[in-house]
Amino acid sequence: MLRIIKFVMQDIVKNKIVLFYTLLLALLSWGIFGLEDNNSKGILTLLNVILLNVPLVSIIFSTIYIYNSNEFIELLLSQPIHRSKIWISFYLGLLLALVLSFIIGAGIPILIFVPSVLGSMMVIIGILITAVFISLSFLSVVITRDKAKGIGISIMLWLFFALLFDGLVLFLLFQFSDYPIEKIMVIVAALSPIDLARILVLLYMDASAMMGYTGAIFKQYFGSNLGLLITFLLLFFWALIPFLISKKIFNKMDL
Amino acid sequence: MIEIKGLKKSFGKLEVLKNISLQIVSNESYALIGPNGCGKTTLIKSILGMVIPDYGDIILEKSSILNQFEYRKTIGYMPQIGHYPSNMTIGHIIDMVKEIRNTSEKIDEDLFFAFQLNKILNKKMSTLSGGTTQKVSAFLAFMFDPNLLILDEPTAGLDPISSEILKEKIITERNKGKTIIITSHILSELDEMISRLIYMQEGNILFDLSIDELKKETQEDKVSKAIAHILKKQHHVENY
Repeated sequence: MLRIIKFVMQDIVKNKIVLFYTLLLALLSWGIFGLEDNNSKGILTLLNVILLNVPLVSIIFSTIYIYNSNEFIELLLSQPIHRSKIWISFYLGLLLALVLSFIIGAGIPILIFVPSVLGSMMVIIGILITAVFISLSFLSVVITRDKAKGIGISIMLWLFFALLFDGLVLFLLFQFSDYPIEKIMVIVAALSPIDLARILVLLYMDASAMMGYTGAIFKQYFGSNLGLLITFLLLFFWALIPFLISKKIFNKMDL
Repeated sequence: MIEIKGLKKSFGKLEVLKNISLQIVSNESYALIGPNGCGKTTLIKSILGMVIPDYGDIILEKSSILNQFEYRKTIGYMPQIGHYPSNMTIGHIIDMVKEIRNTSEKIDEDLFFAFQLNKILNKKMSTLSGGTTQKVSAFLAFMFDPNLLILDEPTAGLDPISSEILKEKIITERNKGKTIIITSHILSELDEMISRLIYMQEGNILFDLSIDELKKETQEDKVSKAIAHILKKQHHVENY
């Protein structure tokens, strides 16, 4: 299994798109910290940029990569290797490669400019978000054999979580503003990994005051150490469950 | 020995294998023939675990192969059209397969030198012609000296000289007592390589005969003519 992970990693690290991704993250992080005098302001800006870019690259790149590795998977399948191992190796290979470029591109500048718990939390969130969206890409690959459809599903997933979900939440908030829906909002927030990540950082920075009454409820639920732990666990499940579902489908797939 | 019991497989509404039962006896070499789309490749891929059958079981040396993977150590598979990662060179692919197998067993390098793959080790897979890709596939299939060889149209796309080299190799392995399954549309070349013949049609097995039986039954001395003879008879029965 380690050998396959190594092959996948070597293959991805050589890929120009990953190199470009690393450079882009580096440019954004250094640029933002260079322009902002206040580093905690800088990290808020960077948070929004990261929560838009990292999921997009993770999900689209992984989807295309797995479709293009179809031949490689076929070759491996004729060898004495268990199917689950092939699938897990691809996941870990992709994850390690993309996490590496995230750490080089964004992790290093973040830890240089914000060498605190907040900084390390941002890096961990970046890693978790990468894992979540690679996991989702694996799911869209096994849903359809058609490459164009698969990429389409991935783009839709990204659009939904990065843009549409917020709109939906706002819509709900306005529609039901007369009712006490704050507690429900907490559950709704858990339905989007990007929102979970955002809430986590905002609460930690005490920027929740900007979110008004709902923010107070969020602080009550997410702000404590237990809340933090639960939020991290939820993100972790977001990374794990779609992948496990995809593995189950892959084990029964005809190639 | 492989025993296939009541194998069924459908792709959507298309029934590709309709209740196939078959015994592949050790030390025999089989030709698996039949018209396009009759389910030959699906049957082969089921044995390899690449296609998961809907019903039935495949038993190799007394244990079922479904959900197993270790058994693939004993199988050398040469696909009809080899698909390889396009940005890897021939050398990379060979090294990778060796590394994955991780065995200290001696590697069968006959075909490596016979096909002169040593001269093109640095060529990328994407730049290879269909025939050269076939040569790589053939080498990989024979590399670990497997007991069971499954060759899906091995000579399609090979030039006459290479095709002859591969046939020689198949005959050598057959004489060593290997079990061989070959699918092919070129009936004339099968004569010297096989001892039994399985004919598939529309997901069913039409007949499974030894070459001697086949020749005796049809009074023909060539495999190709014998098959034509049987099919004509079949056609006749169907039409009248």
